Amino acid sequence: MITMEHVTKRYGEGAAASVDDLSIEVPEGVTVALVGPSGCGKTTTMRMINRLIDPTEGRIVVNGADVRSVDPVIFRRHIGYVIQQVGLFPHMTIAQNVGAVPKLLGWSADRIAKRNDELMQLVGLDPEMLRRYPRQLSGGQRQRVGVARALAADPPVLLMDEPFGAIDPIARARLQEEFRQILRRVRKTVVLVTHDLDEAIRLGDRLAIMRDGKIVQYDTPDAILSHPADEFVENFVGLDRALKRLSLFTVETAMTKGAPNGKAGKVAAGTNLRDALALMAADNSEVLAVTDASGAVLGQLKRDAIFAV
Amino acid sequence: MTWAPKHIPEILAAAGQHLVLSLLSVLIGGIIAVALGIVCARRPRLYAFALTITGIIFVIPSLALFALMIPFLGLGMKPALVGLSSYCLLILLRNVVTGLRGVPEDILDAADGMGYGPWQRLVRIELPLALPLILSGIRIALVTVIGIATVAAFIDAGGLGTIILMGIDQNYPEKILVGGLLTAFIATFFDVLLSRTEKAIVRWRSD
Ligand SMILES: Nc1ncnc2c1ncn2[C@@H]1O[C@H](COP(=O)(O)OP(=O)(O)OP(=O)(O)O)[C@@H](O)[C@H]1O
Ligand SMILES: [Mg+2]
Repeated sequence: MITMEHVTKRYGEGAAASVDDLSIEVPEGVTVALVGPSGCGKTTTMRMINRLIDPTEGRIVVNGADVRSVDPVIFRRHIGYVIQQVGLFPHMTIAQNVGAVPKLLGWSADRIAKRNDELMQLVGLDPEMLRRYPRQLSGGQRQRVGVARALAADPPVLLMDEPFGAIDPIARARLQEEFRQILRRVRKTVVLVTHDLDEAIRLGDRLAIMRDGKIVQYDTPDAILSHPADEFVENFVGLDRALKRLSLFTVETAMTKGAPNGKAGKVAAGTNLRDALALMAADNSEVLAVTDASGAVLGQLKRDAIFAV
Repeated sequence: MTWAPKHIPEILAAAGQHLVLSLLSVLIGGIIAVALGIVCARRPRLYAFALTITGIIFVIPSLALFALMIPFLGLGMKPALVGLSSYCLLILLRNVVTGLRGVPEDILDAADGMGYGPWQRLVRIELPLALPLILSGIRIALVTVIGIATVAAFIDAGGLGTIILMGIDQNYPEKILVGGLLTAFIATFFDVLLSRTEKAIVRWRSD
C-alpha cells in the first residue's frame, strides 16, 4: 500500500540527512508505528508520504502510484491527516470541520450531514456537538473531532503525528483503546508517528524503530520486544521489555483447562498477561482463576504458563 | 440657529457627499490593502518596502498631500479619493498582514494536509481567520477618513468640510459647528455600527 524506497531528505543543500536512505513497506490494512527519540526523522518520514515534504532522493509509492506523478492537493484529500495540535479550524463549527474534506471533494450537503452523524457516533461524541465551535470543546473531544475529520471521506490511508500527545495520560489511554476499536471496524493503512513506545505497542501492528533518519528495526511488537535487533533498540524498549511484551497477550493465550486447586485470586478474561502477572505478584500466588463477565470460572492461569508465552 | 434649519437640503447633500467620499476611499484602500497584504504576508522584505512607502504617505499632512496631487489630478473628488485611499492603505495593510501572519502554523499545516489548494486555503481559512483584524482596521480607517475628509473641501471635493470652510471664511460660527458636529456624529455612528458588525461576524471567538 505504501512503499518507500531509498528515501533521503536533506533540509537544504549540504545539510545532514534528516531521513537517510530509508526503505519501508506498509501493507494494506496494517498500522505501522514509527517510533524513536526526538529528532530521529519520524515526522519528516510521515510528511513525505502525502508530499507535504518532497524527498531529496528516493521513491514513494502509495496505492500503486508514484507520489511525484500525482497532483498533491487532490492526492491529500484521499489521505487522512491527524496532527498533535489537532489544527481544527476555529472559525468553523465542528460540523464544518468534520465535513471539510467531503466539501472539498464536492459532496452534497445532505451526504455530508449524514456522514457527520455517522462519524460522531464512531468517535463517541454527541452529534449535538456538531453545532459547536472548537473552542467550546475539551482537549480530548477536540482530538476525537480531529480523528473524525481525518476519517470523513473514508480515505484508505491515515497519517497521524502524535495524535494523542496533547492530552492527559488517562484520557489518552482511553482514546488509544477506542481508536484501536475504530481501526478494527474501518480497515485502514495507518502510519502513526509517536515517541511513546507504549502507544506504539498498543496501536501498532508493526513497529519501525528509527534512529538518526534510519529504520533500525521493523517488525511486530512481539518480535521487537523479544529480540531487539541491537543495543540501541534494546535500550530504547527498556529493561521491562519482557513485561511490555506480556501486555500484548490476553490471559486466554496462556489459560489452561480446569480450576485452580484451593483458594485462588481471580482474573477477568480479556485482561492482558502483564496485568495478570501483577495480580499474582500482589498476592504472591502462582495461579489465578480466569473468569468471564458473569464471574463463572473459564479456566486457570499458571505463572509458568505466562513465562512460557 | 438661524442658518441650519433653512438649509437642510444643502447640509444633507454635503453629508451625502462626505459619506460617499469616505466610504469609497475605504473601499478602494481596502481592496488594495487586502491584495497587497496577501502578497506581502509571506514576503517580509516586500512588506518592509510597502510599509516604508505607505508610511511616508501617512506622515504627509493631508492638506499638503491633496495639494501635491492637484498638478496631476486637478481639483475635486479625484485627488481627494486618491489621498484618502492612501491613508486607509497604511492602516489596513498592517492589519491585513498581521491578521494573515497570526494564523497558527498548525492550522495551516492541517489545511495543507487535508488537501486545500493555496487559493482555497487563503479564502476559506486564512482570510476568515484574519477577518477580525481586518474589520477593526476598516473601522479605524473609516473613522479616520471621515475626519480627514473635511480637509478635502480645500480642493473642492465637497463634503461637510465645505460648510466648515464657509463658516471660517464668513466668520459664521453656526456653520462651523454644524459641519463639525455632523462629521463627529457620522464618525461615531460608523464606529458603533462596525463594532457591532465585528462582534456579529466573529461569533466563533466568544460567547
Ligand atoms: N523544516 C525543517 N528545516 C530544517 N530542518 C528540519 C526541518 N524539519 C525538521 N528538521 C530536522 O530534521 C530532523 C528530523 O526532524 P523530525 O521533525 O522529522 O523529527 P521527529 O522524529 O519527528 O522528532 P520529534 O519526536 O521531536 O517530533 C531534526 O534534526 C530536525 O531538526
Ligand atoms: Mg515529530
